[in-house]
Amino acid sequence: MGKRTIIPFGPQHPVLPEPIHLDLVIEDETVIEAIPSIGFIHRGLEKLVEKKEYTEMVYVIERICGICSFGHGWGYCASVEGAMSVEVPERAEFLRTIWHELSRVHSHLLWLGLLADGFGFESLFMHCWKVRETVLDLFEKTTGGRVIFSVCKVGGVRKDIDDETLKEMVTKLNGIKKEIKELADVFMEDTSVQNRLCGVGVLTKKDAIALCAVGPMARASGVYQDMRVGGHGVYDRLDFEPCIEEAGDSYARCKVRIREVLQSIEMIEKAVNLIPEGEIAVPVKGNVEGEFMTRLEQPRGEAYYYAKGAGTKFLERMRVRTPTNMNIPALVKMLQGCDLADVPILVLTIDPCISCTER
Amino acid sequence: MAEKLCQEQIMVSVTASELLEKVADFKGEGYRMGQICATKVADGIEIIYSFDKDHVLTNLKLKIGEDEEVMSVTGMYLPAFIYENEMQDLFGIKFKHMELNYGGKFFKVSEPTPWNPKN
Repeated sequence: MGKRTIIPFGPQHPVLPEPIHLDLVIEDETVIEAIPSIGFIHRGLEKLVEKKEYTEMVYVIERICGICSFGHGWGYCASVEGAMSVEVPERAEFLRTIWHELSRVHSHLLWLGLLADGFGFESLFMHCWKVRETVLDLFEKTTGGRVIFSVCKVGGVRKDIDDETLKEMVTKLNGIKKEIKELADVFMEDTSVQNRLCGVGVLTKKDAIALCAVGPMARASGVYQDMRVGGHGVYDRLDFEPCIEEAGDSYARCKVRIREVLQSIEMIEKAVNLIPEGEIAVPVKGNVEGEFMTRLEQPRGEAYYYAKGAGTKFLERMRVRTPTNMNIPALVKMLQGCDLADVPILVLTIDPCISCTER
Repeated sequence: MAEKLCQEQIMVSVTASELLEKVADFKGEGYRMGQICATKVADGIEIIYSFDKDHVLTNLKLKIGEDEEVMSVTGMYLPAFIYENEMQDLFGIKFKHMELNYGGKFFKVSEPTPWNPKN
């Protein structure tokens, strides 16, 4: 038995765009235990409900994260709409679904690039982010923003997308589909990539369930769990079925996300073909009185949104539980017994978002 | 065909003495823990424990006094340590028998327990 040493990992580290800290207890080159610390950038955004009206809070909630900002806005609006029994027009639900799936494409492409960067494949990293630019251009064209869109509001959406732009969106997405498939071939077939991902950081189905993992983390371990199944939006009209893999290793997590990128593009195409004419928002009068808890499948996994009001223009409580919160215990479990050299890859494969976690 | 996600709000009120038994029932029936959150209410704090099974959400609602200790559920659901430490740091709620207790140092807040009803 070698001597035990504690190595601090983070909060600043080349693979970490945001701060999280792990105390890695190692023996020789093997990690025996990992103790996480978060809270370096806790912003207390939830407390802002005391100062911002419930209609204004959507701008704050969108700023929780720069990657899944649209989903946060949608989840917040859905919780308030639930508490106020507001029925959103069908066209608005289609538009929300389209923007949300575009966000998933952009989020997963960003993650694939970061993963490639993590194992030192720089050209692959740059290619992923080049493809992602097309998606950001589509955001800019349809919402005016590339990071924060501010198109979701309580009662619907603020902007419509005309038919011509929707068709252009489908054409552009079909254009990048070929490039994404080429990228997928490298991620799935290249030996150097497989060496870093296959069999690394296995999370069994039993552990994924016991540790309450969510999103691609859970689905890569064979857990049938995706809040798009019968949830908000129009997924029931798009023949949606979750992408499930069984191996539970880093390769499976990568494969789930690649499959989801292609699946999201197909769903956007279907949504564009089915989107009805009509209103994009309904007027919302009065204040929130009551409470509502709802969930949304963000690119990183299931997120919770809870709104509680007492009839004033300010909410009493707004709660957002983000996917990374729920995947940290699974990460800690995966790190036990891994090689020290694999720690950065394993941290990346949960697709950590500390901005979300710190709210 | 996948099951429909239930958007119905299932909120079950529990007392502090009933909490562990209810959570143990959920664990035994294969429920997944979704989240735990606290809210300031009149005369104390309300804690909501959310559990999911087959995409159906069930919430347990526990109301406690400002200085009342709560039994930790980390013995049954280890990931609860994230939420219990968060509530300990932000609301000042004390949990008994936590499997992983950061002792008020999980979040780096500029003032201790900023959301405590006494503040």
